[in-house]
Amino acid sequence: MEPVIIPPASYTILGIPLMLLFIIIPIIGIALFTFIIARRMQPLVKAAPDNRLDQLGLRLFNMLKFAVAQYKQPRYMLAGVLHIVIFAGFCILSLRSITLVIVGIKAGYTLPLFDTWIGTIYNVLKDIAATAVLVAVVVAAIRRGIYKPERYKVPEKYGKDHTAEAIFVLAMIGGLMIADMFFEGSDLAAHMNKGLETHYFLFPFTGTWFVTYALTLCSDATLQFFHIFFYTVHELIFFSFLNFLPLGKHFHVITSMFNVLFMKLNKGSVKPVKCGVSDDQLDDLESFGVKEFEDFTWKHVLDFYSCADCGRCADQCPANHVGRPLAPRFVTIKCRDFCFDKYPLIGASVDKGPLIGSILSEDEIWSCTTCGACEEECPLLIEYIDKFVDIRRGMVDEGMVPQSLQKPLNALGKRGNPYGKMEKKRGDWTKPLIKDEGYECKVLSGKKADSAEILFFADSITSYDDRIQEIGQSSFRILKACGIDFGILGPAEKDSGHEVRRFGEEMLFQDLKEKNTKAIIDSGVKRIITADPHALNALKKDYANLPPVEHVSEFLYKMIQEGKVEFNPLENQSDIYVYHDPCYLGRHNLIYDPPRLVLDAIPGLKRVEMERSRDRSFCCGGGGLMLFYEPVEETRMGKERVQMAADVGATVIVTACPFCMVNIEDGIKTSGLEGKVSAIDLAELVDQQLVK
Amino acid sequence: MQIFAYIINKDGKADDTALELALAAKKLNSDAQVTAIIAGSGIDNVCQEVSAAYNEIWKIDNAALAYPDGEIMGKILPKLLPDNAILLMAHEYLAMDMAPGLAVRTDSAYIADVTDIEGMDGTTGKFVRQEFSGMVSTHNTCDMSGGAVVTVRPGVFASEETPSVGGSVVDKSGDVDIPETNRKYLETVEAEVGDVDISTSEILVSVGRGIEEEDNIEIIQELAEAMGADYSCSRPIVDAKWMEKSRQVGTSGKTVKPKVYMALGISGAFQHLGGIKGSPFMIAVNKNPKAPIFQVADIGVEGDILDIVPELTEKVKEMKG
Amino acid sequence: MEILVCVKRVPDTSENEIEVNSEGSDIERDDLVYSINEWDNYAVEEAIQIVDKVGGSVTVMAIGDEESEEIIRREMAMGANNGILLSDDAFEKSDGRGLATILKAAVDKGNYDLILTGAQSDTGAAQTGAMLAAMLDQPFASLVNLIEVKDDSTLKIGREIDGGNQEMHEIKLPCVLSIQTGINEPRYVGIRGIRKVASVEIPTMGASDLGIDPATLGESGAKTKTLDYFVPEIGEGAEMIEGDTDEVVEKLVEILKSKGGIK
Repeated sequence: MEPVIIPPASYTILGIPLMLLFIIIPIIGIALFTFIIARRMQPLVKAAPDNRLDQLGLRLFNMLKFAVAQYKQPRYMLAGVLHIVIFAGFCILSLRSITLVIVGIKAGYTLPLFDTWIGTIYNVLKDIAATAVLVAVVVAAIRRGIYKPERYKVPEKYGKDHTAEAIFVLAMIGGLMIADMFFEGSDLAAHMNKGLETHYFLFPFTGTWFVTYALTLCSDATLQFFHIFFYTVHELIFFSFLNFLPLGKHFHVITSMFNVLFMKLNKGSVKPVKCGVSDDQLDDLESFGVKEFEDFTWKHVLDFYSCADCGRCADQCPANHVGRPLAPRFVTIKCRDFCFDKYPLIGASVDKGPLIGSILSEDEIWSCTTCGACEEECPLLIEYIDKFVDIRRGMVDEGMVPQSLQKPLNALGKRGNPYGKMEKKRGDWTKPLIKDEGYECKVLSGKKADSAEILFFADSITSYDDRIQEIGQSSFRILKACGIDFGILGPAEKDSGHEVRRFGEEMLFQDLKEKNTKAIIDSGVKRIITADPHALNALKKDYANLPPVEHVSEFLYKMIQEGKVEFNPLENQSDIYVYHDPCYLGRHNLIYDPPRLVLDAIPGLKRVEMERSRDRSFCCGGGGLMLFYEPVEETRMGKERVQMAADVGATVIVTACPFCMVNIEDGIKTSGLEGKVSAIDLAELVDQQLVK
Repeated sequence: MQIFAYIINKDGKADDTALELALAAKKLNSDAQVTAIIAGSGIDNVCQEVSAAYNEIWKIDNAALAYPDGEIMGKILPKLLPDNAILLMAHEYLAMDMAPGLAVRTDSAYIADVTDIEGMDGTTGKFVRQEFSGMVSTHNTCDMSGGAVVTVRPGVFASEETPSVGGSVVDKSGDVDIPETNRKYLETVEAEVGDVDISTSEILVSVGRGIEEEDNIEIIQELAEAMGADYSCSRPIVDAKWMEKSRQVGTSGKTVKPKVYMALGISGAFQHLGGIKGSPFMIAVNKNPKAPIFQVADIGVEGDILDIVPELTEKVKEMKG
Repeated sequence: MEILVCVKRVPDTSENEIEVNSEGSDIERDDLVYSINEWDNYAVEEAIQIVDKVGGSVTVMAIGDEESEEIIRREMAMGANNGILLSDDAFEKSDGRGLATILKAAVDKGNYDLILTGAQSDTGAAQTGAMLAAMLDQPFASLVNLIEVKDDSTLKIGREIDGGNQEMHEIKLPCVLSIQTGINEPRYVGIRGIRKVASVEIPTMGASDLGIDPATLGESGAKTKTLDYFVPEIGEGAEMIEGDTDEVVEKLVEILKSKGGIK
């Protein structure tokens, strides 16, 4: 295209080439950006180590799935689509941005091969993309500024509202789109006014198309002005925006790819106390857990940088929902701001003291049930559970444990169960089965140990709680009916320590793990079955070198598939059943279908689904030590969940976790729905319906 | 033989235990002459009140003794009491301040919180005590040849008897010098007044640890409301901050004298029972059939209050129509 | 401030079933778990908090055998600076007066501004602190639920009395205080903390180290003795109502009505 308007690279004002400006702005912009990024790297360097370079193949795949393909975005459809459009637009327009920067120095510059048909096609793409982005940005701004969706709200205690910043960024992005349209359009219009060929395919109804045709009404001088003016505007916005990114939530634009690349791969497990320190070296550590900011790992700091403040985590968080003082989003935002304050861009780092008591409160951190809803939702794969466990480790190390948790923890240390009941009574839940029902029960430990192929790991609540013993007994009968050769550990079994670990008492967990591992290995079993998803998760993810572990629902599902079990039809077929996904069976262990298929195999059983099911399941309130904690809350998770079941017309809630049973039954009582809604464990229902 | 009893009095009235100590002394030795020691300011009324049960009343009337002070009395009594004296006191907060130290200062034996007195074998006293929060009892002997201080659990010697011994009052005020102590009483801070004064309630629905969680407290409040009663609790509930201190029934809480008392999920430790006077009609519900509460209650139910209470509330509401 | 806290290793009442043994000579001690007497733990926490504010150190002292070292260590893991074990066969079966004598001899070997004990322990006698104070001729207060340091030589304290009221006193140092539960919220001591102090040396003193004549202690020196343990017969007790929840509730309502329990 012969130049009709003077391009920016050739323009002069009072004899001074404007190109100088377009060299200086990028230089300053990039230099400043480099400086800011270097400053932002400092906390990462000072943070605790972590190994995130394993399984590179899987990591790259995840990067493509979550970062590039934006896999999680559509879970909130409108915002998701808007974001995908803006993101895709950014990706496409990245080439245009590079071109534009160089164009200010070398007139008429195009990227290699872009002076061919490739360039023409690209220009069409970029025009469509820019238009889509502009539309998306306007819709987003209206949504943010006028409709103000609930999850963006900032409660007073967390500071000022973030809407202004959001609108500002949207305005910047819109500005970039518009500036480019005017820059391009002014040149095209000038050509069109002179009747010259542009070799540019203006795709109809794109922004550039509109602007170009509108600009044909302007004089040459005006077009020349617009061309230079909007180029300069574009340059300024571009480099300001670039340097604005690391200052707040838009840092995620830069860090998101990395955050996903380095994401946590072993779901449901808990990070070790310190990377590189093995379990038997733990006693030598000076300090445990996160007390100061630098105790976080570099990946956790990267998480703080990468938060887009979208609020999806807090929206799904059951603790937040019931009014506990915890919202994951704000834990991240507060830590990020703390980091930015402690490590300012200019000047030395400022000592801000420990996290607990300044930006984080003890109750805030104890409120988390580790359900994993936040991590499931976050489009940037930010981790939360490991952080809370680490902060809890720090609090335990300093003795800051709520009185309500001290008693069960002491009991776990002394008796191996949180109830303080005697070890020798741990196997007593099998007594009614032996005495009244004539079963034989093998005890796989102790002086007169039996041996068996399979271990049924009961864990503490099933062993000692009157109500939950019934679930253990049902599981027992089912295994017997299937002809399984199994036994229990009895008095030698200790609490799996699942919550002990997640509540920060790492050394007590190690103690329980050591004892259980020895008892299990000594018993010589080849497989482990449990009805307790927390025990399942502990044995699978926290313990090592154990025989394979499965949940009773997985076992049942296999039996059904192999045709080895049959069910009697339900007596009362007017009940409507609904299955509640336990957090540690569903989200943490991806066991969603087996329990459902077991239920569907029962003749006459009518089943519905709650809105929040599968990986969106709503935590019942938590298990293990969480049953002892006294949170400050407005209502209870169990109550909310029961209401969700009632809302879809269910009359029977089926659970597959002893803690869910406790919380759901409690929720039924306190909602006054006794008689209208009841709860039954999967094992109890199967035991009831099994043809024996 | 002469047995002394230290009488607690406040605001011009003798404590309930005043008469109990006289009976305790008789149980120790039926022939004993029992002397009451009363210290305070303006205590003529108290001395009169108590004279029905004691052979002699030693009055120590001094303005400095207006507020009962264990440190001061702990130094006065060794000079006042004869050698090898046997002194009884009620086992409560004044005794805990004063009695053990007094035994050391008079070089006599000490036995605390006896729940029964079996008598004397020569100079050896035979007593029953409890240990481990009342879970077990012990038989004990005490060599009282060099004197002894014995504290008695309040309420174990309570009786409907109205004695008429009619002893004389001996004014010992002049024999006593008020000693210097390194502890000075400042004031008594009253417990926060709650919205309800349970010490005047006629019907009480009381809850203990069996309620398990704070959120379940509302089932107790609903039952109380349905019954037209007030609700109260035992100490652990207040320690956990699930109810205000003003609703605590017990020796360190409020003393109540209702007509009907529902003890729900309460084990029946003596510190709780110590706050219940007047022998109300008591209904106890507890998961543990061996809970001490079932020894004192009139009606007992072995069960889970979380199951029984909501249903009971429903039935009461139904009945009231 | 140099603070001494006297502590005792006792069976944990919440995690044990306390029963009399078959001979009636003691409680059944197989299968019992032991821990620090709950009142003493509150006292140690209070001492640590005072020292955190005004400086000084906390010494924890127990009379017992080497098993008592376990609880001394635990309190050191909690934050106490020093631990001392008083152990001697001659100390066994001493009565309260005997125990106080042993403690007094140990106190005389040190230099303490403040001595704390728990208000009571498993025997429920609530006597050790008061006796120790009398032997040392120091002022004493029992059932303390508040301590404020006014200056080097004075404390303001609160005592828990009846009706939920609190008696306020000013007391001069050195003094002895017995501490009531609820005075503070004791901090948690984790397994890690306990492991860190597992090999700390705990100095031990016996009768000769303390300069006490063994004849004044133990069973022979005791004026108060325990003969046996028993569980009293439950007399009549409550009339128990049987049946399922519905039946029980029906009967209860009837009874309540007849006794004027429903207004």
